[in-house]
Amino acid sequence: MISVEGLSVSYGAVQALRDVSFSAETGSLTAVVGANGAGKTTLLRSISGLTSPSRGSIILDGRDLRHQLPENIARLGVGHVPEGRGVIGEFTVEENLRLGALAAKVDLKAGLAEQYERFPVLGERRRQHAAKLSGGERQMLAMARALIAQPTTLLLDEPSLGLAPLVTAQLMHTIKELCSSHQITVILVEQNASSALRIADRAIVLHVGKVVASDVASVVAADENLRQYYLGLVE
Amino acid sequence: MDPFLTSRIVSDLLGGVTQGVIYGLVALSLVLVWRSTGILNFAQGAMPMFATYVGMVFFAKFFGYWPCVALSILTGFVLGATTERVLVRPLYGKPEINPIVVMVGFLIVLESVAAAIWSSGPHSLLSPFSQVDFQLGGKPIALSDFTLYEIGTALLVMTLVAALFRFTNLGLQLRASALAPEVSRLLGVRVGRMLTIGWILSTGVGTVTTILVASKSFFQGLTPQVMDGVFVFGFIAAAVGGLESPVGAIVAGVGMGIILQFVTDYVNSNAILLVALVILVVSLMLRPNGIFSPSTARRV
Repeated sequence: MISVEGLSVSYGAVQALRDVSFSAETGSLTAVVGANGAGKTTLLRSISGLTSPSRGSIILDGRDLRHQLPENIARLGVGHVPEGRGVIGEFTVEENLRLGALAAKVDLKAGLAEQYERFPVLGERRRQHAAKLSGGERQMLAMARALIAQPTTLLLDEPSLGLAPLVTAQLMHTIKELCSSHQITVILVEQNASSALRIADRAIVLHVGKVVASDVASVVAADENLRQYYLGLVE
Repeated sequence: MDPFLTSRIVSDLLGGVTQGVIYGLVALSLVLVWRSTGILNFAQGAMPMFATYVGMVFFAKFFGYWPCVALSILTGFVLGATTERVLVRPLYGKPEINPIVVMVGFLIVLESVAAAIWSSGPHSLLSPFSQVDFQLGGKPIALSDFTLYEIGTALLVMTLVAALFRFTNLGLQLRASALAPEVSRLLGVRVGRMLTIGWILSTGVGTVTTILVASKSFFQGLTPQVMDGVFVFGFIAAAVGGLESPVGAIVAGVGMGIILQFVTDYVNSNAILLVALVILVVSLMLRPNGIFSPSTARRV
């Protein structure tokens, strides 16, 4: 279980997050939605240690992550697939996956086999440089690289960015399946609010750094005011 | 006996390769630091020089040649790690001029301290192998036991560095830290530690190079400035080959060694710096990122 309490983050004079609080149960999928500049990416970066909060706490299974280094947070079981996927284009598919498995000290052979079974196209392209993969394949690689470390919590930043609708639907299905079958706690940041709300258990709506709504995803999705003013989902 | 092997061309070629591997090793040590930290280490000659003094002069009172070589390399490792942690780490993210100024200052400090401790006069290092050229049909060829040792050592170092980067988990993490430090941290890679290891490796390679240079009678032993001239050519080789490319550093170093040897023999030894600068300017005009660096696509 991950719990965020009173989190505030500033970039100089700009306050990116203001007193953000929420918690996510083990094996649940929480969607974080909102317009550009709402603070969604900052929230994920704060959890994974890339951005230092000015106030508040982030508790993962009873341990405060706030003053931990990103590499230590990763070793505690937090996987973060950043915006733009973050695959290393100069590395082959397999080297990217090896890198993901290293710090977690998992069985590499079994881990590779599992990921190639989940994403068969990666197995076919294991010797290819990641720079040569399509957008969808890169997203699969980024997910596989995070999953090979067997995380307990997975932070996904705009995974559907630049993907075709069909690929996005498959991706969302995979994310949902990971939550339910592997008991991974997923925090999903998405601009594509309708896709995210469709699969999420709970949803948080951020607006200029503040939580304006936090509820069961289906309730948020059905709220006309939220849809119209914060999510841009006009019928 | 085949006169070709004792000909002037072959002699120049062998001499050029022998000198070129030294330039290549200096270039490789520069590339190791550049790739891991984006810093051009202007003290890359002075740090190994200091380590060589400690190992090959101070410890020479107690040990023979090979233990002293090992102690020099060990000192180089310690100096590389300490320099990264104490001097360089506070400079990450600062303006590019800051590390340049600091490392030039460190170069001057190290050379001054070495001169103060061991004097600025040359210290002859015992050469473990004969430097007398082999004879073929009564004529000398530009090869000796020492040049074979020199070329063999360079090949061994290059192979070890290449194997480290290509086949080991440490190499994978070193490359990842250089290419994508933030992503690497998200995957649990201790990037700070990798940067330190990059400097350790670089100073280690530099120390091996300095021992070879200082052991050659041509360079008249070890002095505080022993690597200054070699550093200039190694630096040019790194820029020509591409600061991102270890292979480019070696190839450009060897290529430059051969060209400069021919210039020395057929033109004038005083012209080699001018020729090296012409090579640098022309290559940078044609391939600004270096011959072996991948082209960078720019979004406009």
